[in-house]
Amino acid sequence: MIDLAFFLDIFPTLLSGLPMTMQLAASSISIGFVMALVLALLQQGNHRIVVWPIRAFVAVFRGTPLLVQIFLIYYGLGQFRPSLQAAGLWWLFREPYWCAIIALGLNTAAYGSEILRGAIQGVPRGLVEAASAFGMSRLLTLRLIILPLALRQAIPSYSNEIILMIKGTSLASIITLMEVTGIAQGLISQTYRAVEVFVAAGAIYLTINFTIISALNALETWLTPYRARA
Amino acid sequence: MADILHFLGFGQGGWGASLLLASGVTLALSVLGFLLGAAFGALSAGGRLSRRLVPAGLAKAYGTVFRGVPDLLTIYLLYYGGSIALTQIGKFFGSAGFIGLPAFATGVLAIGIISGAYQGEVYRGAYQAVDSGQFDACKALGLSRFQSLRLVIVPQLMRHALPGLGNVWQLVLKDSALISVIGLVELMRQAQIGAGSTREPFIFYIAAAMLYFVIAAVTASVFRYGEARAWRGMVHA
Repeated sequence: MIDLAFFLDIFPTLLSGLPMTMQLAASSISIGFVMALVLALLQQGNHRIVVWPIRAFVAVFRGTPLLVQIFLIYYGLGQFRPSLQAAGLWWLFREPYWCAIIALGLNTAAYGSEILRGAIQGVPRGLVEAASAFGMSRLLTLRLIILPLALRQAIPSYSNEIILMIKGTSLASIITLMEVTGIAQGLISQTYRAVEVFVAAGAIYLTINFTIISALNALETWLTPYRARA
Repeated sequence: MADILHFLGFGQGGWGASLLLASGVTLALSVLGFLLGAAFGALSAGGRLSRRLVPAGLAKAYGTVFRGVPDLLTIYLLYYGGSIALTQIGKFFGSAGFIGLPAFATGVLAIGIISGAYQGEVYRGAYQAVDSGQFDACKALGLSRFQSLRLVIVPQLMRHALPGLGNVWQLVLKDSALISVIGLVELMRQAQIGAGSTREPFIFYIAAAMLYFVIAAVTASVFRYGEARAWRGMVHA
């Protein structure tokens, strides 16, 4: 029943999409994380002019499908080619690769900023007050007290978000990027063996997820040395 | 501005009616998929909570696979896998060509399987949050296992499950856009069609985004109402 030769045949083909999947994921997650951190910090000051546009950005990107966002950036903005060319940005929006990274990055920035905002607010007030009693500047308090605690607190939720992004990279195949899911679809329509291809491609994704979750769990344990290990 | 009104309006050459109809398809697809997912999720939670190894292992594998694998891959599996099987059956009865699975049914099944994996986790957590005294009380009252579930446990479990279910629903609504890849004319696909034939992708994808946003916002309030109702008569901690 299980055709080992077939698996050995399709596995290298599927793996050839792995670099693309990983590139899309790594770029968008890094860009998204930096943006998320900036957005979360900007919301700490309660200036309405700053907070409201960020809230709107977050609501829009969390409230609409990722596929719509990708299409809007790739096809929708392509309509403004003359203006984009004039602004010197056309090279960016012409390429499906960059459009996918922009869409995925903005999407994860919206979700990530909510995770980090919660984590920053979760830092006990007393610690911040203690820091200011020591005469620490706001920047120093942020660097030495708030961020280390908040980022560690955010690891479990953020690892969920990273897994969602790994899965999200599959949508890039719809705008012609040949990553693992796109290659899998091609293989299914060539070989008519949906189950085998699903199992092989699924195994690749589950391995990526498992590796990321283990790494982030290890990071969390390492950053929490005082907590009793179960 | 006149352009936008023309393309998205309801008059001659306007796509307003098609987009609203497609939103209805999206809503129907999502609701049916979510309900099917509730059944899968309940089974999966039952399996996870079971002390027997086989149901527990199966439920765990189900949750891990369908929460870990891209939804698009699951959709391809069901659509192509189902169509291939159907074509084989068709061949047996003397049909020559490729028989595609109906896109709507495939979509409901796909959303059901994917959201079931998430709902299973929600129900499992909610079940464990029900006070153990409630189970003892059921026994003391001599209720059968089914009676205690229906009358005592599930109504209390829903209190804890509803916030999580609301999140899964938002996920389902956005996932439903992926069903466009197998050709179902729901909101996303209708927007693509409109964008293609008018060469105005920006207007159509913005319109689609707004409609998704509105559906998400309106349905979220249904969950908020449900939550308030589930907690009625209780002091909310």
